[in-house]
Amino acid sequence: MIEASDLTVERGGKTILRNYSLSLERGRTLAVLGANGVGKTTLINTLIGLIKPRSGHLSIGGQVGFVPQLFEVPFAYSALDIALMGRARHLGLFGAPGRKDYEIVRHYFHMLGIEHFEPQVFNSLSGGQRQLVMIAQALASECELLVLDEPCAALDYKNQDKVLGLLEHLRETHDMTIVFSTHMPQHAVEIASDVLLMTSGNSYVCGPTADALSAENLSALYDLPIARADFDGLSKHTYAPVFRQDGANLDG
Amino acid sequence: MPNSSTEAPSTGWVGRKLASVSVLPALIALLVVVILYSITIGRYDLSVRDVAYILIDNVHPLVTPYWDPVQEVVVEQVRLPRIMAAVIVGFGLAVSGAALQGLFRNPLVDPGIVGVTSGAGFGGTLAILIGLQGYLLLGLAFLFGVGSVFLVKLLATVRGRTSMLTLVLAGVVISAFFSAAISIAKLLADPFQKLPAITYWLMGSIASSNYLDVLLVAAAVVPSALAIYFLRFQINIMSLGEEKARALGTKVVLVQWIILIASALISAGVVATSGIIGWVGLVIPHVARALVGADHQRLLPVSGVMGSIYLLMVDNLARTVTTAEIPLGIITALIGVPVFAVILRRLHAKGGWSSD
Repeated sequence: MIEASDLTVERGGKTILRNYSLSLERGRTLAVLGANGVGKTTLINTLIGLIKPRSGHLSIGGQVGFVPQLFEVPFAYSALDIALMGRARHLGLFGAPGRKDYEIVRHYFHMLGIEHFEPQVFNSLSGGQRQLVMIAQALASECELLVLDEPCAALDYKNQDKVLGLLEHLRETHDMTIVFSTHMPQHAVEIASDVLLMTSGNSYVCGPTADALSAENLSALYDLPIARADFDGLSKHTYAPVFRQDGANLDG
Repeated sequence: MPNSSTEAPSTGWVGRKLASVSVLPALIALLVVVILYSITIGRYDLSVRDVAYILIDNVHPLVTPYWDPVQEVVVEQVRLPRIMAAVIVGFGLAVSGAALQGLFRNPLVDPGIVGVTSGAGFGGTLAILIGLQGYLLLGLAFLFGVGSVFLVKLLATVRGRTSMLTLVLAGVVISAFFSAAISIAKLLADPFQKLPAITYWLMGSIASSNYLDVLLVAAAVVPSALAIYFLRFQINIMSLGEEKARALGTKVVLVQWIILIASALISAGVVATSGIIGWVGLVIPHVARALVGADHQRLLPVSGVMGSIYLLMVDNLARTVTTAEIPLGIITALIGVPVFAVILRRLHAKGGWSSD
């Protein structure tokens, strides 16, 4: 679904990513991890076509749907209005949504169990609810690759669980390929088949979660000791940082 | 295709259609009533029945004309072109205001705020100064109108982002620049003929409208408003922000330019025929949004018809309150400024400034 080789991406005259190569097969889930400012958003913007790479080759084998970070709109659009915008690609410059587009959007609202949001003002919904509406918008574009920019940021645990569960469900039932960025390794452990650890603009680790996502790699990624913790009897594990609390030499 | 449940909730496609048809025809009916009423008022009293007969007589004579030919002249040569001008000007200003607000994701925008009006005003002033009229004046007003929007957009955009606050400030800056340019033009103008012409023209009045003026403003407003309406769904998407709109497949730059040029053309047409009439494009879309929601499919036509009704009533005030005419621009500003203040405070309370 994604084939990228030797990608070099610039932004504002600065090289953000250098010689990135990655490939992802259909129906797999890639989690992108990395420190703030390392270029996760630049990579995502490249994948969804907002930025053209300066050199290298990128091919995406299907329609891309994008779910941006949580945001508000300046006017009181309803959740339905917002989700309908996902139909843009199918409507052309002078088109407006018709009966078929409403049916498609309402199908996904029904699937996500958010029919009752339809008439509600988008900005009045909670973060988790807005995230679901945005996922409905992306699905309404009838995409095969779903790219999400920190879909779980600013959500509580219950809503994180809900979004992750939904992504996993979409992958299983719709054969969706998923790329998402996150700051919590736990999200990768839960649903990602592959991880991309972005150490810097020109070095990264990419591979199946089982191999690439290790305490050692994560420690190097965040420059902080990170330990693996196994939950007894759950056959689950997570990664926890050991905060040094020496970062702030406030007096010196 | 998806098997959506078949119950028809009020917000589904059918519900949408119903909601849009119930508000719009009611407003159009109101507009017709206000137009008929407007023809009757003024210093020469006429009844609605007289007006109706005089008008219908043009299409199909129902009764033998019993009225004074003077009455016919008052209706058809004096009041009707003026009323048509008010309807078209109000429609155009409100539609372009709604479109610009959606495009810039900023409820404080109107053609005056983003500098089009003063730019077009300077273009028109320049035209009078060098002795141009009619379509040439319109053309010059249009050129400077488009130029001013372009400058404002350029000034307000930092690294691809247009913040709400800088946009309004950039509009203030460009407007101030063109106001100064207008003053210079006035200073250079012949004080006996051209200076008074410029001054009265700028104050904003449709008192002396004739059918040529109506044709001129219609030629600017009708195609522009249509172009904006065709882009109604794209304007919705643009309110998400440029990057998200582009990610959804919208041709952002193309949409921006069509809307900006259409708005500049509307402003230029309005300014060329009626001088500077501010604030209509700011006030009306807010009222319309409260009535039918933010979706531009419904918002644009409803804004337009409300703008027509509003400007027609303002013009009725302008010509009946005192024996002398009050320039339209003065009344629309007196109403618009407090509304702007209220919106500004409500935005501030919501912390709406910070979003890009």
